[in-house]
Amino acid sequence: MSGNPEIEVKDLNFYYSGDVHALKKINLSIQKNLVTSLIGPSGCGKTTLLRCFNRMHDLYPKNRYEGEILFQGNNILYPDTDLIKLRSRIGMVFQKPTPFPMSIFDNIAYGLKLQGIKKTGDLSEKVEKALKNAALWEEVKDKLSASAYDLSGGQQQRLVIARALAVNPEVLLFDEPTSALDPKSTAKIEELAETLKKEITIIIVTHNMQQAARISDWTGFLMLGELIEFDRTDRIFTAPSEKLTEDYVTGRFG
Amino acid sequence: MTREQIRKIEGVAALSLSTLAALLGLFWLVFILGDVLVHGIKALNLGLFVNDPSPPGVAGGGLRNAFVGQLLITLSATLIGVPVGVLGGTFLAEYAHGRKIARLISILADIMVSVPSIVIGTFIYAVLVKPSGHFSGWAGAVALSIIMIPVVLRTTENMLSLVPWTVREAAFALGAPYYKVITQVVYRGAATGILTGILLSIARVAGETAPLLFTSFNNSFFSLNMNQPVSSLTVAIFQYAMGPYDDWHAQAWAAAFVITVFILMLTIMGRLIIKWRYR
Repeated sequence: MSGNPEIEVKDLNFYYSGDVHALKKINLSIQKNLVTSLIGPSGCGKTTLLRCFNRMHDLYPKNRYEGEILFQGNNILYPDTDLIKLRSRIGMVFQKPTPFPMSIFDNIAYGLKLQGIKKTGDLSEKVEKALKNAALWEEVKDKLSASAYDLSGGQQQRLVIARALAVNPEVLLFDEPTSALDPKSTAKIEELAETLKKEITIIIVTHNMQQAARISDWTGFLMLGELIEFDRTDRIFTAPSEKLTEDYVTGRFG
Repeated sequence: MTREQIRKIEGVAALSLSTLAALLGLFWLVFILGDVLVHGIKALNLGLFVNDPSPPGVAGGGLRNAFVGQLLITLSATLIGVPVGVLGGTFLAEYAHGRKIARLISILADIMVSVPSIVIGTFIYAVLVKPSGHFSGWAGAVALSIIMIPVVLRTTENMLSLVPWTVREAAFALGAPYYKVITQVVYRGAATGILTGILLSIARVAGETAPLLFTSFNNSFFSLNMNQPVSSLTVAIFQYAMGPYDDWHAQAWAAAFVITVFILMLTIMGRLIIKWRYR
């Protein structure tokens, strides 16, 4: 594949505890500064694959990876990978908004403080920048000390995006970020993805095929733990080479 | 009779039975509280708080020693019991999450909650009082803290479990190590619940008498020395209520009133915190 791969997945197998073979020989490469979406029916392994990129599976015992994931050329599946550093370079946004039980400001500052930034001036500046990047600044600038729980669901999701952006990640992983949101908030998040890709690489898992078609440049279709097809989004949705992909994107199953 | 009529009768019967049961319970509760209130307020005076007991049979005197002793023992018990309970609950909810050992400890803690407090009193008597040769305030504090620990532990465990896993994952995803995830994010989310549990556990032990009879015992003199027997309100009430003097009876009523109000306030505080948090 041509272009500028930010992440290359090579022969990746993943097993949940008890040898559940969840990902089978996945090969794909994620292009820098583009949006890549992962689609497929429930249980196909798209979220499992996404969670490999920041080694989220390591939180639970007995999960096992095989193969390689090269992030800027380095295999992040090495056991001695510094996960704390990796996760500050590859951020993640979850399906449901996950604000921390603290103020809006402290939510954004959390990741910064973890990185040792303590000066109030620096923090304020970075918090403001992150909120602006997440298109939330205008709505919250007068109530930064209010609880993050006071925000609406859509605002909370943008808050969480701002929190992830604050630490300047190179890649952002989205795990069905709009499935709990109303259409208006969804549109805002999608717009955001368009803008953000100028700076960072985005990988998004989505249930919503229209969303994948709207915002992504590349699309991977997974089924039963296998990557059936990986191609430019327009090709996946107009002229897929696999029968399964065609059946799925035309709504014949899934 | 139609089926609907039978159901209606059953409904009325169930309602009347449960109402009756509630009223019966409420009657005794109001009776006891009212009695404590009436007798207690009558006997309440400033001397009760600033004077130490006068010799038996001599009028006057107060229960300053018991008030101070009670606070001292309860505070020490809290200082011992709360850290152990909170850290233990944290272990169960976070580090041992889902493991057999966690289930086992939870079940044991639940059993501990319902062990009669006098059993804990005699246990501490055997392991602390007997070897040291004398009653002491510390023994009382340890006995009370043992009653607190399972309550605080289980509350902490439950409150931490209520914090969604995705919130922890979000903190991990920002590159936080586990101990920071717990102390900076999870504790914050569970803080009010844990605090309420702590307050209620203090309220629980503040009214205990049996374990203190075997441990801190009683002291007719003012003492801040926790290595010696220390007087407490509950034991003083026990002694004075059983005693032969009207003066003692009045003071026991007053003490009962004060401790009831104290526990009531702790409980109300706990409720208010819950309300304020989940408004």
